Amino acid sequence: MHDPFKFSGKALIAIAILIAALVALPFIAKAVGLPATTPLATRLLIYAIAAGSLNLVLGFGGMVSFGHAAFYGVGGYTVGILFQHLRIGEPLFGFIPGTEQFLIAVPAAILVAGAFALLIGALALRTSGVQFIMITLAFAQMLFFLFVALKRYGGDDGLIIRRRNALFDLNMRDDMTFYFVVLIVTIGFYLLMWRIAASRFGMVLGAIRQNERRVAALGIAVYRYKLAAFTIAGMGAGLAGGLVANYARFVSPDMLHWTKSGELMVMVILGGAGTLLGPLFGAFALVTLETVLSGWTERWQLFLGPILLLIILYFRGGLSGLFKFIGGGGK
Amino acid sequence: MSAAPLLSIDSLYKTFGGLTATDNLTLDVRAGEIHALIGPNGAGKTTVINQLTGELTPNGGRILLDGQDITTLHVHARVHRGLGRTFQIVQLMGSYTALDHVALAVQAHQGHSFRFFRAARDDRGLRDPAHALLERVGLKARADEPVASLSHGERKQLELAVALAMEPRLLLLDEPMAGLGPVETAQMVELLQSLKGRFAMLLVEHDMEAVFSLADRISVLVGGRAIATGSAAEIQADPAVRIAYLGEGDA
Repeated sequence: MHDPFKFSGKALIAIAILIAALVALPFIAKAVGLPATTPLATRLLIYAIAAGSLNLVLGFGGMVSFGHAAFYGVGGYTVGILFQHLRIGEPLFGFIPGTEQFLIAVPAAILVAGAFALLIGALALRTSGVQFIMITLAFAQMLFFLFVALKRYGGDDGLIIRRRNALFDLNMRDDMTFYFVVLIVTIGFYLLMWRIAASRFGMVLGAIRQNERRVAALGIAVYRYKLAAFTIAGMGAGLAGGLVANYARFVSPDMLHWTKSGELMVMVILGGAGTLLGPLFGAFALVTLETVLSGWTERWQLFLGPILLLIILYFRGGLSGLFKFIGGGGK
Repeated sequence: MSAAPLLSIDSLYKTFGGLTATDNLTLDVRAGEIHALIGPNGAGKTTVINQLTGELTPNGGRILLDGQDITTLHVHARVHRGLGRTFQIVQLMGSYTALDHVALAVQAHQGHSFRFFRAARDDRGLRDPAHALLERVGLKARADEPVASLSHGERKQLELAVALAMEPRLLLLDEPMAGLGPVETAQMVELLQSLKGRFAMLLVEHDMEAVFSLADRISVLVGGRAIATGSAAEIQADPAVRIAYLGEGDA
């Protein structure tokens, strides 16, 4: 049988074209006089990371986490709060100095989000099915309200970050420079997801999704593997959050809201849960649909719904299934 | 055979609400023997198996594996102590090939799977032993088939290959012949015969011919209680068994 984590020559060419297109995008955008496309594409890539991280638990692991935006938000706030403390010159908790260094703030966002995921996952993964969905949702809402209540960091109004994190001597204010930073991170992230999916860990995770009882009977401690996947996914969301905080120079509790979790789920399912590039396609499709439809009408969600339904009903593998079908590889 | 048994079940007791499924069951399996557990439908055979594997927790009694109490251990921990099983209704992963299944079992037996980078499907340390095991159970030609396209009999063989990969000291076989045709049953009996002595087996089975040809000892379970234990000849001659079991329905 075909190994889903090995690419055929055709698929490799398609991926090479995709990367080439992403590299060329800001130059083309500039040349045709649509420079606003570059920041839009940056946002797309960041969503692709967030959705890709959710795909690890939802798609590969079969855990329907409905609180993934919490880790995205925690990552964003980590960058925001570290910047804030640098600005006011007062260490966080009295001993953690603030920073505006990308290579410190973003890894910190990953670690803090991972720590939250470990904690929440350790409790939530004691349940499964609908209870798991509700518990992840409940924890995410708790964190949402925590940040609403944190008046020190803007509360409801959010926290403005006055400038992007510094990375080497790059001019991070420049949209094109920032785009390439995000593009490199995105490619690295997806390479990592690919390795994980094909690894021993990935094989266990895929088996857990399909038959947990069988996996336990193989002598595998299912809970530990689920928790590891949940934590890694949280770290991925933290990375996306840290990037979006830089991108927008703003974080707010909206990042943690359950509707954001829902959006990420839609991206994963729309793109094809459990496929490698599905979340990337899903993020692109959702943000593009949103942008195009909301340009036409204020009631764009009315049109988005049926489109999503059609894709999910007719292409079980989401957009990935659609591409396979077009490419002649469909079943 | 004076040595301590490999598995001892001591006064095992399990109720589901008002129903007593396992009623003070005491039973042992000696190293290397095939011990068959037979009984009419509803006698509580699968309930016993599920308590042995840890999927069900007994209300009372103890389970000792090699003298160590495993009554409260998790499912996965028991596997590491050497307790393997096959399922009555095959439990497989729909998107995985036959080879994937056995390779995953080999992987689980080798230790933890917190390895994130190397492609598992290219790992000869997993694939080679998995190929050998598939050959052992007669599935060599079907290695790369997704399990969805395997026949029922082949899936049963695969269950066995997976169990062998775990190198159990005691293998719990929950109706390995169920649903097999006469030819497949004969093959399975032959296969189990060839494995005899390598590890102990507790065999739950309805096919009496298979049981009588394979088992060193047979225990008859009725109403969650062992009413007799002995050789095939002793069991066939036992009046209590004849009344309670053979008289009740055709075997």
